[in-house]
Amino acid sequence: MNIIVCIKQVPDTTQVKIDPKTNTLIREGVESIINPFDMYAIEEGVRLKEKFGGKVIAITMGPPQAEAALREAISLGCDDGILVSDRAFAGSDTLATSYTLAMAVKKIETFDIIICGKQASDGDTAQVGPGIAAHLNIPQVTYVKHIKEADEEAITVERMTEEGSEILRSPLPCLITVVKEINEPRIPSLKGKMKAKKAELTCWKAIDIDCDDERLGLNGSPTQVVRIFTPPPRAQGEILEGDPQETTSKLVEMLKDSIQ
Amino acid sequence: MSIKVIKDKCTGCMICTRVCPFAAIKVIEKLAVIDLDKCTICGACKEVCNFAAIDIQKNPKKTQDIEKYKGVWIFAEQKRGNIQSISYELLGKATELAQKLGVEVSCMLLGHNITDKAQELISRGADNVYVVDSPELEHFLDEPYSKILINLIRKYRPEIVLCGASAIGRALVSRVAVNIHAGLTADCTELDIDETEKILLQTRPAFGGNIMATIISKNHRPQMATVRHKVFKEAEVDPSRTGKVIIENFDKSFFKSRTKMLDVIEEVTSMINIAEADIIVSGGRAMKGPENFAILEELAKVLGGAVGASRAAVDSDWMPYSHQVGQTGKTVCPKMYIACGISGQIQHLVGMSSSDIIIAINRDASAPIFQVADYGIVGDLFEIVPLLTKKFKEALNK
Repeated sequence: MNIIVCIKQVPDTTQVKIDPKTNTLIREGVESIINPFDMYAIEEGVRLKEKFGGKVIAITMGPPQAEAALREAISLGCDDGILVSDRAFAGSDTLATSYTLAMAVKKIETFDIIICGKQASDGDTAQVGPGIAAHLNIPQVTYVKHIKEADEEAITVERMTEEGSEILRSPLPCLITVVKEINEPRIPSLKGKMKAKKAELTCWKAIDIDCDDERLGLNGSPTQVVRIFTPPPRAQGEILEGDPQETTSKLVEMLKDSIQ
Repeated sequence: MSIKVIKDKCTGCMICTRVCPFAAIKVIEKLAVIDLDKCTICGACKEVCNFAAIDIQKNPKKTQDIEKYKGVWIFAEQKRGNIQSISYELLGKATELAQKLGVEVSCMLLGHNITDKAQELISRGADNVYVVDSPELEHFLDEPYSKILINLIRKYRPEIVLCGASAIGRALVSRVAVNIHAGLTADCTELDIDETEKILLQTRPAFGGNIMATIISKNHRPQMATVRHKVFKEAEVDPSRTGKVIIENFDKSFFKSRTKMLDVIEEVTSMINIAEADIIVSGGRAMKGPENFAILEELAKVLGGAVGASRAAVDSDWMPYSHQVGQTGKTVCPKMYIACGISGQIQHLVGMSSSDIIIAINRDASAPIFQVADYGIVGDLFEIVPLLTKKFKEALNK
């Protein structure tokens, strides 16, 4: 089974701050990590490989330093890493990003399943996974929390919904996006780390993936950001301490009109 | 723009005639013939042609004919034949946007035996409801739903399409937007019209709510956006409102899905979907065990709310993952969020900090949750929560 895992390098959201004067992100000193949801995608890909044989390729689109994310993916069990990187991709929105990744996937020739994290922690859009499936015209199942069965032809999965879940069966090739519940990612082994260090990564530029230049980067992005601002800070709250009977009575009094 | 059939490649297979939203293609003597008076060069035929027999030449740099796109549309989500509350929230906002633009509000309603539900949408502000009613659409499936939306959008050309940022909505419109090359903005918390340019201003949180971004799709139509639950007020019901119900018929090929639905499992729980709840009572590590969530359920019941959990509580198997609030769980924005025994790590805060009112109950007065809380009680939750349940019950006459 040949598996492609799409990953994204993101700033560690917990550390991101905004400069109130310039309204720009302060990226200095912010560590880059693999998007948390993509860790589950990597793990699931590696588990499928361990069960069915074959190979897991991690692919990422981003600046040259996103190479670090691919090496980490290899340390976790992926066999190869492909970095899709070109200045022409700068300013891509989800449409241009999913197009670019889809064109890169086409170049990989054979694959049975594409696994993506549910969404990236910096953008939170959840649009790129289904977007890739749409560009490739393959079936998709989002929010997968369990792979029940898989064989060479099809995959049966459990999809998380707001009320519970659904069991779906999709022929391969298909694309799934996964949620946290699907597995518990492993810690890289020492052997994995050594392999990652030595791994030779593939790097593709726009010219390598046979794409339409008009559809890349800013040109290929219908959406544009016109304003970035910091949400107004919350006012200092009222914190009650002391006798529980008193504090709870006070709170109920203050809130009862906001309910119903 | 120009379109033509390459005679040597066309086999007369008829696939293009079935997908054309404008019935502009006929097959005459095993050759597709396009009626250029009807054709809008939408590209649906080119996409499905297995023989690359349709050639479309684009004029360089010419964007879509934006003027021809009119109206604010929403995707009306239904489950088990019931229209979901997010659809009414979308209608409320859509009506406001449509007024500013001087256009109509329309809904797309897909499902099985749902035609009579169209009136509910009309009474909440829809001028037109486009209904596709077929047994194959009973449950949401990505492929048929997206194929139908793509076709309707191509046919009627709305300038704005809104959809809930639900599990269904996010999967569906991502696929649709790619096929029609539209801009799509996820999880908007504010929508408005730029009065001079008449374009949609889409504002959404990014970087876990640390910053807000306003996004436009100036040169592409429709302008598409998904909207989070509970951000906009539901449209009021006016039973006297009238509107048009338009039944749309589709060829069977549109209903085909490679992915098959085998089963639907509803979680056995009395607790309602946290993303749609007005009030959420959440528990964290200090709940100490699964059995103690009963006190949160009691409080939630009195308040008419749902029970949520922090990652720590879910990772300990005290609560199902579907209740997890935070970075790797759900993002919620209820009217009231009551955090019980949750310290307030940033990963949790990004999932709930846009709630209208935040209440924290924690033993540790220095817990970070108090920094985002509007109200807080420092104390033992096992003492405080039952007291709150009792007192709210009295205050609310329940």
